[in-house]
Amino acid sequence: MTKVTNILLAGVGGQGTLLASEVLSEVLMLAGYDVKKNEIHGMSQRGGSVSSHVRFGEQVYSPIIPEGETDILFGFELLETYRNLPLLKKGGAVITNNLKLMPPSVATGQERYPEGLEELICQQVEKSLVVDGLALAMEAGNPRTANIALLGALSTKIDVALELWEQALRKMVPEKFLEENLRAFELGRQAA
Amino acid sequence: MSKEILSGNEAIARGAFEAGVKVAVAYPGTPSTEILENTAHYPSIDSSWAPNEKVALEVGIGSCFGGARSLVTMKHVGVNVAADPLFTLSYTGVRGGLVLVVADDPELHSSQDEQDSRHYARAAKVPMFEPADSQEALEYTRLAFEASEQFDTPMFLRTTTRISHSKSIVETGEPVTGLPEPSLERNPPKLVMLPGNARKRHVFVEQRLKDMAEWSCSQSFNRIEERSAEVGVITAGVAYQYAREVLPDASVLKLGLVYPLPVQLVKDFASRFKTLYVVEELEQFLEDQIRALGIEVIGKDRLPICGELTPGRVREALFAEKLQPAYQTTIDLPNRPPNMCPGCPHRGVFYALNRLKAFVTGDIGCYTLGFMPPLSAMDTCVCMGASVGNASGLNKVLTGPDKQKVVGVIGDSTFLHTGINGLMDMVYNGSTATLIILDNRITAMTGRQENPASGFTLAGDPSARVDLEQLCRSVGIRSVRKVNPWNLEETRQVIKEEMEREEPSVVITEAPCILIKRDVGQRKPPLVIDPDKCTGCKACLKIGCPAIEWQPDAGERGKAYVNQLLCVGCGICDQLCKFDAYSEVTND
Ligand SMILES: Cc1ncc(C[n+]2csc(CCOP(=O)(O)OP(=O)(O)O)c2C)c(N)n1
Ligand code: SF4
Ligand code: SF4
Repeated sequence: MTKVTNILLAGVGGQGTLLASEVLSEVLMLAGYDVKKNEIHGMSQRGGSVSSHVRFGEQVYSPIIPEGETDILFGFELLETYRNLPLLKKGGAVITNNLKLMPPSVATGQERYPEGLEELICQQVEKSLVVDGLALAMEAGNPRTANIALLGALSTKIDVALELWEQALRKMVPEKFLEENLRAFELGRQAA
Repeated sequence: MSKEILSGNEAIARGAFEAGVKVAVAYPGTPSTEILENTAHYPSIDSSWAPNEKVALEVGIGSCFGGARSLVTMKHVGVNVAADPLFTLSYTGVRGGLVLVVADDPELHSSQDEQDSRHYARAAKVPMFEPADSQEALEYTRLAFEASEQFDTPMFLRTTTRISHSKSIVETGEPVTGLPEPSLERNPPKLVMLPGNARKRHVFVEQRLKDMAEWSCSQSFNRIEERSAEVGVITAGVAYQYAREVLPDASVLKLGLVYPLPVQLVKDFASRFKTLYVVEELEQFLEDQIRALGIEVIGKDRLPICGELTPGRVREALFAEKLQPAYQTTIDLPNRPPNMCPGCPHRGVFYALNRLKAFVTGDIGCYTLGFMPPLSAMDTCVCMGASVGNASGLNKVLTGPDKQKVVGVIGDSTFLHTGINGLMDMVYNGSTATLIILDNRITAMTGRQENPASGFTLAGDPSARVDLEQLCRSVGIRSVRKVNPWNLEETRQVIKEEMEREEPSVVITEAPCILIKRDVGQRKPPLVIDPDKCTGCKACLKIGCPAIEWQPDAGERGKAYVNQLLCVGCGICDQLCKFDAYSEVTND
């Protein structure tokens, strides 16, 4: 069987992981790969943990990534990135946002947000990249473009022509927000 | 023909369009909901939300009897509600094709049970297709309509969460043409299921199953992939994909029609292999039937019945290989369960119920999250509509103060789905329980679908709106009171009075879901907490609003802080603060 590449997106409901995974799979289809993508909707929009699986290659069977075969763990929130570390393949890469969002037990004072996650990730995973998605998004002109800035960082690790990324973004991002998203994407690429 | 990347649900909608479907009806339910949201984009399909799954199927049966191809969709538990018409529809058969899509939810990602709908195919004697990706979801939808008319039978199309919500590349086709126009056609021996007619139809149904089992042996949707001569696998649906990952060299009999079983095909395939696996998710549905043919297989003696399969779980079960992760988390991590949105109108009601120490018979919807701490105000949750009957039943057996504590809580969509029947029982049989209807004017849990009390149709057009207050009064409830759930004191007071009342009563909260787009006006500027006034008493944390964050290191005891990106200014936290620390953001 030819090699399939597995990207796991992890974040918190409402962070825009869905749009990021939609753009990513569109790009991969445009590049001529077989693509499968899966995510669990349902209760996720209410601020719970969310993850999205994107797989591509010559032929993809399972829509979910086999355990321990994630090539790139693409995290939108530090705790969620760290939580999914056991799914990463040996020698795999991590690209993560440095954002911290409080889970309910932390927001209500029962637990504390774990300290030093960034260091824990970087110590264990040689190929890790931490991005300040919010800062890039602010620079692009809208804090809501953080997901696309992160996608820009990811795009440098995937062998697909830049035009295809732009083509997909133009198709999937509403006209009104397109310019700031293209800017965020470019800033993300530079940050990688 | 064009290539697109579609979810299973989008592909089914596309398949319905290509099959010339005229009517599509559903009650929402994860993971089936997006099918109707997508058929609604095709002008040739009349798509609508029904109040419940039984009505949805009955509407579909009506249009099918008129000669139109009809699609009905629901989640697995919806079939329990629609089972009554379903079993008789199996006898009448169809005129225009009828396909019932049922979406199962192994792993209970968003459900209250993990039932396997394939048992319904067998129990109701309704044949069932099961796709393994989006391309098959489209093709099987088309095929199901053809088979439905060819064999005079309703057809099931079964998906699971991973099929409905996974996207894969699909080649779309052209819509069929030349289907007959709908018309009236009387045919009592077939359509009037009284004993004399139904006895004859039962004989027809048995023959139909035999015919289909034979027919499907030679159809390309049941396909054999030749590889190893030693190891064979029989599988269907998403389990096929996992079997391909884990047993890449095995020969495979992939079933597209999972009921009735293509007996001869299975026998011939099985006879060739020393080792034969049956890889299926949930119940041993195929396995039991295959074993009954006298064939030995490896299946649920190793594979789990509970939970969904994954490639790793299949590998571990079949080969007892335990996977060792390359990286580990080394510290305890706080969970991140879903929570009601900031400003959710349900929150204040559960805060009041918590304070009143009510015993809450709950129901299904966003408000089921009222069960979670810190609100912790739901004591039962069985199925849609059950809150009402459960409250009446408790009310029958309790006495004294316990009796007064029982309160049912139900959403607007759920009340109209199957709650109203329970309310009639409450009045008719003299219960003194209290029911709270959380009228947020939408079916929020499944992603905000319209319903008969929302005032809009699936297409977004204005329509007649059920008046919940008049409805309750008309079944005989004399005390129906409305409250504003963002006013904590009023809400608590009204609920308390109604709990004490010696007759059945209803409280209706009037406050739309904060996420409804047409009601954006209800969002107000965020509040801020004055750190000099906040004493760190934690009173405002008791409502569990995700916009309020605790800063343990601020001040001496810690302080509360409002996340300005999340807060919608509903103001209930402000009502809990004794130190006047909350205020609206001012522009200085
Ligand atoms: C028989 C059945 N059909 C569908 C569902 C899926 N479902 C769960 S809750 C719900 C609707 C909730 O709407 P509502 O009662 O208005 O409460 P809200 O979520 O708006 O608070 C639906 C459709 C189900 N669980 N059972
Ligand atoms: S979607 Fe609406 S009803 Fe559901 S939790 Fe959010 S605000 Fe409440
Ligand atoms: S006003 Fe208070 S309770 Fe309402 S959304 Fe804002 S922080 Fe939450």
